[in-house]
Amino acid sequence: MTTLAANIKDRSAVASWTREHGVYIALVLLIAYNAIATPNFVTVDTVQLLFSQVPPVIIVSLGMALVIGTGGVDLSVGSIMAIASAVLAKFVVGGTPIGLAMLYAVAAGLLVGIFNGLVVAFARVQPIVATLGVLVAGRGIALVITGGALVELFVPIFKDIRLGKFLGIPYVMIVAALLAVGVAFLVRRTAFGYRLLAIGGNRRASVLAGLPVRRTLIVVYAISGTLAAVAGVIATARLRASDPSYIGLLMELSAITAVVVGGTSLNGGRVRILGTVTGAILLQLLETTLVSHNAPDSVARMVEAVIIIAAVYVQRPSRSSR
Amino acid sequence: MSTPVTSSPILKVTSASKRFAGVRALEDVSIELQAGSVHALVGENGAGKSTLIKLITGVYQLDSGSVQLRGEDVAFDSPRSAQRAGIATIYQEVHLAPQLSVARNFFLGREPTRLGSLDLKRMNREAGDALKRYGIVADVKRPLGELGLGIQQMVAIARAVETDASVVIMDEPTSSLEPREVDLLLELVAQLKAKDVAIVYVSHKLDEVFRACDTITVLRDGKLVSTGPTKELTRRQLIARMLGRDAAELDETGRTKLGRREITDGEPLLRAEHLNRRLILEDVSVVVRPGEVVGLAGLLGSGRSETAKAIFGALPLDSGQIEVGGKALTHQTPASRIRERVAMLPEDRKAEGIIPDMSIRDNIGLAALPQLTKGGLVSRKRVDDIVKTFMDRLRIKASGPNQKVSELSGGNQQKVLLARLLCLNPRVLLLDEPTRGIDVGAKAEVQALVAELAEKGMAVVLISSELEEVVEGSDSVVVLRDGAQLGRLVGDDISEDKIMDLIADAASEQIEAEK
Repeated sequence: MTTLAANIKDRSAVASWTREHGVYIALVLLIAYNAIATPNFVTVDTVQLLFSQVPPVIIVSLGMALVIGTGGVDLSVGSIMAIASAVLAKFVVGGTPIGLAMLYAVAAGLLVGIFNGLVVAFARVQPIVATLGVLVAGRGIALVITGGALVELFVPIFKDIRLGKFLGIPYVMIVAALLAVGVAFLVRRTAFGYRLLAIGGNRRASVLAGLPVRRTLIVVYAISGTLAAVAGVIATARLRASDPSYIGLLMELSAITAVVVGGTSLNGGRVRILGTVTGAILLQLLETTLVSHNAPDSVARMVEAVIIIAAVYVQRPSRSSR
Repeated sequence: MSTPVTSSPILKVTSASKRFAGVRALEDVSIELQAGSVHALVGENGAGKSTLIKLITGVYQLDSGSVQLRGEDVAFDSPRSAQRAGIATIYQEVHLAPQLSVARNFFLGREPTRLGSLDLKRMNREAGDALKRYGIVADVKRPLGELGLGIQQMVAIARAVETDASVVIMDEPTSSLEPREVDLLLELVAQLKAKDVAIVYVSHKLDEVFRACDTITVLRDGKLVSTGPTKELTRRQLIARMLGRDAAELDETGRTKLGRREITDGEPLLRAEHLNRRLILEDVSVVVRPGEVVGLAGLLGSGRSETAKAIFGALPLDSGQIEVGGKALTHQTPASRIRERVAMLPEDRKAEGIIPDMSIRDNIGLAALPQLTKGGLVSRKRVDDIVKTFMDRLRIKASGPNQKVSELSGGNQQKVLLARLLCLNPRVLLLDEPTRGIDVGAKAEVQALVAELAEKGMAVVLISSELEEVVEGSDSVVVLRDGAQLGRLVGDDISEDKIMDLIADAASEQIEAEK
């Protein structure tokens, strides 16, 4: 009897340990594999390339982590990236100074995020449905803004965004890291962070504890939209063009994967920011690995799918805690 | 109402026991169901009614005991296999597909086909005929969800019976029905009875139980209190059994608490008057002075929790006035109440109280966040201080403030919630079942705490399904039934006896009126 009880305890302890640390183990294993199996892997170039590719995923995932922490999901992030990119192109082509144009692009993401938040908070629509609307409509809106075509942009500052480095670290990675620190601070130290975790943990109880549930939800979706727009600007700079039908495509899936792999529960109530960042890096490195071993893109997608399922399996609520 | 006692039972549960994580949910309960007979299962929340049903229908498995169907041992591993064996369950909410037509729902899972495709014509015809036989008038082509809840409920029942169910379990089928729909449903129950179906009727509405049921089984705290023919039971006895007092014992002692204070001085701190909400509350008024404990007594579903929720702003009102400290509150939200230092301990600790994944510390600090925050940042030190103060004061047993609240015992979870309320330094405290599901020691502590808080000048509203607790802890008691106020007892008038008399009298009056 006692051994059985001990066993059960062990098993749930193992499960929760895996949930919390699995992503770090996986990243270490993948790096080790590459160090052995991939030629020329252990170089500064590899790290710099990785750090210039991964920031958009990290930035979007940070917002996604907050949304998932409230028990929701934001499917619209990819489309918001496209909208931000289109807005940026529109203003740049119209002659607006680049700094201001970027600000407008980010503001567009903020507005769409607020819209999502309002729908989720007031219309009692499920988040997955509420944001699905923008997922579908968003790309259309972006195409309308750019006039339906790819707009090439020649802006000097884009080169800095693309290639600029400080102490060898790409600027975009520094931005992503600062945002990650900011979001982690938000979650851990502010009343807003408390509230969002409480709402994700038990919405009914949060209402009865007098928390401003609706306001919190709106802010969460607004942050997610804003961060997606920032990622959209970076993606545009990298592409040197605004292509609404390409920018941010399937980003919602990458972001959700990064968040879940990183140990944030899809049921809400728990957010892991460092885990999310690690998850995003893991996914990017996985893709790089598969590409450098000449695996076709289709295989990459399948591997990604296996990882998602494994992560969600680890995250599943245990029977006893139901 | 004749009970065919001669025949052998169709379903027999013997010494059923079930524990969840060490907590007893059901202990040594036996019941027998007869064909063509309606068997009522009554008891307050946590009495074990739904556990018993779930054991019969294969949602849970027995720890010990046995279930026999037509004399043979059965152990269903899922509700599906129970259904296949002829045990159908009707829940409060209709578990059907609201978008599909009535006919399609009626045939759900056993649709007739013709040349490989659904035979809609036949479905519509046969469903219409079948429903007509049960006296249900409905357009079978319309989506189920567009019909009234009562009709939906009855379609579900008719469907269950058509699938050759020999046992039909109804779990509070009338809780969301209009009176007219209740009548229709009870007629249908009578028809099932005539078809020799054995029916389990779970309800907390005593009128329905007395009208429709042949046998009544009372459960309390997971144990069988009594089981026997309806006609041998008075309304008064039934209420006494549900609320935990033996009627005979009570008649002898007729106990009242002596030395009760009747508080008449001071302006009322809480004045909630003429609260109305369609089908839920009817002209309920609660007035509490500083230092006073007002108990809300009534059976489950009497509107006692709803009254507290309405005062707390968590239930929308059609009309009524709520004043706290002389200030009229118009905004019907919990947040606005908390700003006026009104706090509520919700009835359902798990669903409405704790945030299970959060630590004790975070759970305690939650409602008082605005006071513990400066410029949006939570002051760790102030949270730590307040958490330590209340963990000591309420003697919360835990490995430390950072332990997850879901790992605590029920009593300690309740204390965490009380600490959350007390952080707010409340003037008005609404306590809905403060001692439910907690052990004896914690219970005494919580009761003493409530008395202490009132003495310090708080206005307290106390709800409990244990009459004893209300009687001993309250300075005045408002008695409720079906969302309406039956009376108010003050001072030495407060006794378990008088409360039960009020409830029972009102119930029989209603029966008289209906006749």
